[in-house]
Amino acid sequence: MNNYKKSVQHSLKTLPLALAIATAGVASSFTGAALAAENGKFRIGVVTFLSGPAAGPFGEPSANAAKVLVEGLNQGKLPAPYDKLGINGAEIEMVIIDEAGGAAKQVEEFRNLVQRQKVDAVVGYISSGDCLAIAPVAEELGAMTVFYDCGTSQLFSEDKTPQFVFRTSLDAAVDNIGAARYLARTRPDAVRVGGIQQNYAWGQDSWNDFTLSMAQIMPKTQMVESQMPKVFQGQYGAEISALSVKRPDIIHSSFWGGDMEALVLQANSRGLLEDATAVLTCGESALARYKDQAPNGMIIGGRGPFGAFAPENALNTWFTQAYQSAYKAAPTYPASKMAQAILGLKFAAENAKAEPGKVPAALEMAKAFKGATFESVSGTVQMARAGGHQAMQGIAYGEYHYDAASQKGSVQNVIAFSGECVTPPDGTTAHDWIKAGFPGAQCN
Amino acid sequence: MLSLYAVLIDGAIYASWLFLVAAGLTVIYGVMRILNMAHGSFYAIGAYAAASLVGWYFNNGVGPVWVGYLMMLGCALAAGLVVGLLIERGLLRFMYGRDEVLMVIITYALLLILEDAMKMIWGVNPYFAYQPYAEMGRSVLAGLKVSNYDLMLVGVSLVLGLGLWLWLERTHQGKVLRAVIHDREVAQAMGVNVRRVFTLVFILGTVLGTLAGALTAPAISVAPGIGVEIIVLAFAVVVIGGMGSIEGAALGALLVGLSRAAAVHYAPQFELFVIYGVMALVLAVRPQGLFGRVLARKI
Repeated sequence: MNNYKKSVQHSLKTLPLALAIATAGVASSFTGAALAAENGKFRIGVVTFLSGPAAGPFGEPSANAAKVLVEGLNQGKLPAPYDKLGINGAEIEMVIIDEAGGAAKQVEEFRNLVQRQKVDAVVGYISSGDCLAIAPVAEELGAMTVFYDCGTSQLFSEDKTPQFVFRTSLDAAVDNIGAARYLARTRPDAVRVGGIQQNYAWGQDSWNDFTLSMAQIMPKTQMVESQMPKVFQGQYGAEISALSVKRPDIIHSSFWGGDMEALVLQANSRGLLEDATAVLTCGESALARYKDQAPNGMIIGGRGPFGAFAPENALNTWFTQAYQSAYKAAPTYPASKMAQAILGLKFAAENAKAEPGKVPAALEMAKAFKGATFESVSGTVQMARAGGHQAMQGIAYGEYHYDAASQKGSVQNVIAFSGECVTPPDGTTAHDWIKAGFPGAQCN
Repeated sequence: MLSLYAVLIDGAIYASWLFLVAAGLTVIYGVMRILNMAHGSFYAIGAYAAASLVGWYFNNGVGPVWVGYLMMLGCALAAGLVVGLLIERGLLRFMYGRDEVLMVIITYALLLILEDAMKMIWGVNPYFAYQPYAEMGRSVLAGLKVSNYDLMLVGVSLVLGLGLWLWLERTHQGKVLRAVIHDREVAQAMGVNVRRVFTLVFILGTVLGTLAGALTAPAISVAPGIGVEIIVLAFAVVVIGGMGSIEGAALGALLVGLSRAAAVHYAPQFELFVIYGVMALVLAVRPQGLFGRVLARKI
């Protein structure tokens, strides 16, 4: 009993101290947030996968690109027109958040970034599910948000009157329209087409877009096999056999990350990729890792003019050199896309008519970004779709070639298609546009 | 006809891989009554260890190819021994006798901890150690090109399954183990050192898990999350065969392998459901699984 009393007395004595410490802690965390918002720095929340299967192929290159770019901008090292320090003269401060955990968690994290951490803009999101969940919250909070990678066609059909949400990456339909156009140019005699996709929205949408595009662009082709294994399955023995027995000329796949690399390895070892040409819409992200395990002539894409498909310009030269010297690897397409989103944000902020050194209001940045044309590592970007909130750019495909002497892979026979050729116009869905035979498309 | 041969070949290959993955899980449950969620992590540790070591070996052109295969087995064995011993001695031995549900939660926590530990050691970038897979080349079976590495896995799986069965059924140690499986308390009363048996079995189960990972590594891209993906599949196989039964795991793996291969070839839209469809069907007829024993409840 005495011990109990002592314990209670001790607790009562220490309670005020504990409360004081707790209160001070809470107060300091709020003060910290407030200070951060008022410290004159431009705070950017960067959200990408730092854990899980998407971290290696996509998240890490993206986060690395953000670090390289922010450091370069803060030191004023970028070439014109981005040679002004930081963003509008304000030093950039970055908060990197892990995208893993699902849409509900991301909405919570987004609110935290905007309301507690007082970021001035959020750049991020690979998962289409996350983008669809974040967009209405961004509009509700009036938070400047730039989606850098997610490709869902539904984004601006659900957010019909966007104000604060922008996407500097391309609609996923573009990947598959581009793939079909590349095949028409380089494999006009192909007839039998098979496909293997991960069984979720991304894979199913990609296959739908591709088959619809092929029906228009190469009407003589037949879809002889479609496989939809579970995402992250890793073992594709039965699927490879099922494709093999149908003797396709072409195999289309929107696989990404480890699944894509495993598929290439297993299919190549079993001779499937000698008998058929694979078209990998996300293939560029593993360019440095295929080595001699992918056949020469395998068709790969980079989801736009990114990574190995990025054009030669001063910005891309600076970015590639800075990235290579920091991480001893060439930037892949997710890295280029992250760089593009941050450059777009800088362009918008610096054209928002704020005093030099000041952080412009979100509404002013949004007004400046709407319909803008800005320079990027991937060339000129036009925010020409979804009422000026969606980027329109061309897309390129090429063939993988491995040089045994240097032990390096490269892309050859690259063909680029203009944005006007592969992007659905406003007021129509990608499916309707494809089914109608791409009305208004201007192809070179 | 080619599709039918392909179903049999693909089914056998997939089944052998499933058996490799599920064997350790069923051995540990059979003896220790621990539904080991961390088995997925053992698989991933084996895969990472093999991919990093074998990848390094081949990328540096250190020596002959067969040494690479020996290294795969060696690192799986070493990783399994170290991890199994550490976890059993450092954690599980303090938990024996607790409720099975609590053990599930403990091993689930272990799975999460090990996932993060692997991320700290190996990072998030995928490891790609394809050389052992590619070096073996391919054969043509019934008109279908098949990887020799996959055929080798069928052989390894058969040898392993037969070895485990012989060990359990034909050796003194196996008899002791079966006594513990049958009735832990009576076995203890008869002088069996149950704790030592537990340590031995847990290490064996861990080594089987790391071996499965190491043998799978050359065919896949080893990336974060592979352990979590595998555990659900392994559970399905073990539940179909009957928890704790080696023969059950083998038959469960064969059933799942063939059903899945048939679905992939003839009705790909059902491929996602077929594994759990088979599981539901078996459990509807035999709730204890194909080789599971109905246990009388002790009061």
